[in-house]
Amino acid sequence: MSAADITPDVPDVARRPFTGRRVHFGDVMLQSVAGLAALATTCLVGLIIWKVVDGSRLSLDTYGLGFVGRIAWNPVAGREIYGAASFLFGTAVTSFGALLLAAPLAMGVALFLTELAPQALRAPVTALVETLAAVPSVVIGLWGILVLGPIVRDHIEPFLHSTLGFIPLFGTPGAGSSVLTAIIVLTIMILPIVASISRELFLSVPHDLKEGALALGATRWEMVRGVMFPYARGGVTAALILGFGRAIGEAIAVTQVIGGGVFIHWNLFDTGDTLASKIAANYQGATTRLQTSSLIYLGLVLLVFSLIVNVTAQVIVRRSAKKQGITRGGRA
Amino acid sequence: MTTHGRLGGPARRIDHLPRRKAVNRMMEVLAWLAAAVAVGLLGLVVYSVVRRGWGALNLDLLTKTPVQFALTPVKQGLANAFVGTIVIVGIATLVALPVGILVALYLNEFAPPSVRNVVTLVLDVLNGVPAIVIGIFVYGLVILGGFDFFGLMPKHNQSGFAGAFALACLMLPLVARATMEVLSLVPNSLREASLGLGIPRWRTTLSIVLPQTVGGVVTATVLAVARVAGETAPLLFTSSLVGPQVSWNAHHALQSIPVAIFELSESADPADHARAWAAATVLMLFILLASVTARWLALRSRARLTSR
Repeated sequence: MSAADITPDVPDVARRPFTGRRVHFGDVMLQSVAGLAALATTCLVGLIIWKVVDGSRLSLDTYGLGFVGRIAWNPVAGREIYGAASFLFGTAVTSFGALLLAAPLAMGVALFLTELAPQALRAPVTALVETLAAVPSVVIGLWGILVLGPIVRDHIEPFLHSTLGFIPLFGTPGAGSSVLTAIIVLTIMILPIVASISRELFLSVPHDLKEGALALGATRWEMVRGVMFPYARGGVTAALILGFGRAIGEAIAVTQVIGGGVFIHWNLFDTGDTLASKIAANYQGATTRLQTSSLIYLGLVLLVFSLIVNVTAQVIVRRSAKKQGITRGGRA
Repeated sequence: MTTHGRLGGPARRIDHLPRRKAVNRMMEVLAWLAAAVAVGLLGLVVYSVVRRGWGALNLDLLTKTPVQFALTPVKQGLANAFVGTIVIVGIATLVALPVGILVALYLNEFAPPSVRNVVTLVLDVLNGVPAIVIGIFVYGLVILGGFDFFGLMPKHNQSGFAGAFALACLMLPLVARATMEVLSLVPNSLREASLGLGIPRWRTTLSIVLPQTVGGVVTATVLAVARVAGETAPLLFTSSLVGPQVSWNAHHALQSIPVAIFELSESADPADHARAWAAATVLMLFILLASVTARWLALRSRARLTSR
């Protein structure tokens, strides 16, 4: 008998499956009912994937994978043709754009809240940021279409066009509904999420490491760059990926402000569409079965991408949690 | 050769210090600026919603129904949307709460570590599925597929139940993950003391462990309700094609506040915009209230759990 067998494994005893001599009916009941719930949840995810594949079958059979690479959306009977390329492009541009704007802002907010802000400001600003993470997308979309849109049209677009117009991104100003408006709206949506997760990560950096760096003569920024960023790198990367996932999947707010259209262009001031916004815009019903199926196919493409993004983020979270020996649950 | 000359340290360090201090200063200013821009932007959103909504807020919004094709300005509200949201979110909570708690109980109290890791990942994946995809999933299952949950929902038609099922899919991972976190805070000595007294495992779990988590679970539920009450995307395909009348019957499609805001925001009529702002204000106030309540509850229950 080895030492491991007789050493009482105290914390584990209580959570090991019950293996006592007497088997209580209640134990079996509770364990099977709870296990059934867990099984049902797992099946639910499988069912979601299966139903989305099943719903897009007609379009899958008609177009195959060529659907993903085609720029087309024509529901006119007799000349029906559908493709996802322009929406995929729109999703990529808006999500990367939002991430590019939100990442430095979120880092700034998180550093501000953990290192710079006066004590009196920390609690209220933290509460504000966390509450804003809960503002519904439809409300931000409403603000985007009625308040932000006109500002973008009258001020931001003409200004950017006249100063940076030589870059193709800042082309001819159009209406208030544009890719740029969508990027700003998405930035506002993912900023609070990334900022509040990053704040928690920065707070978890051990004090002795930070104090050690400062005691060695590092300036505050050198301490942040040399100690806090490396320590929180995994978590912050995961937070950014999760924010990116939110941006990919956001349908409502984007539908409200992006304006629609089936084309690929580099002008941020023109209208566009993303995978999610195209689906949402057609909620009042498609005219043909092929169109419905193609809309669900768009959903399938979206599902695949968001699954990849989310699983990547979770893997990074788990790996960095394991490395630091702390259990930080996946905060999506 | 002097040691001083070979090391050369002090002289160089003095040269670098002003630059390092300047970089530090610049980064601090940038962080302040980022925080100011972010907080300003976020504050601006709330301010402009409430400023526009507050004026349009009145009792008619809660008591009157929308009027279609009104030729003259009439008093109208969104009573159908408020009732619909209460019904749909209520049913979703009734479904997601018990299932979520059971899943958490299984994972924390019974499951072997390997199962626990897999199902936890499944929960996180479910949490990451975009809301619009949940919407088309339920659309495909109930409206196209004709699965009626054993007679509960009307086949091939939108209904409040279908919408509630979609919202429950969103709530489930939120409730389960939060419950797991609270369960892991319950000290093992409690479980051991109870088991040591000969109390069977199921009684220990239900009567000793679970009551410890009530505060945390309530907090999680309040936050989850606040989150899904504002969800539009899952309801667009499952419960959006509705008339203006107030209905408590979840067998039919029900209007909801977020869908109403979405439709009104696309309208060209300024009166519709005013109602959209008012509804948005009500929604935001509800969410604010919910998150303040949740925060307070969380502080209280955490203090109770950790003071032991």
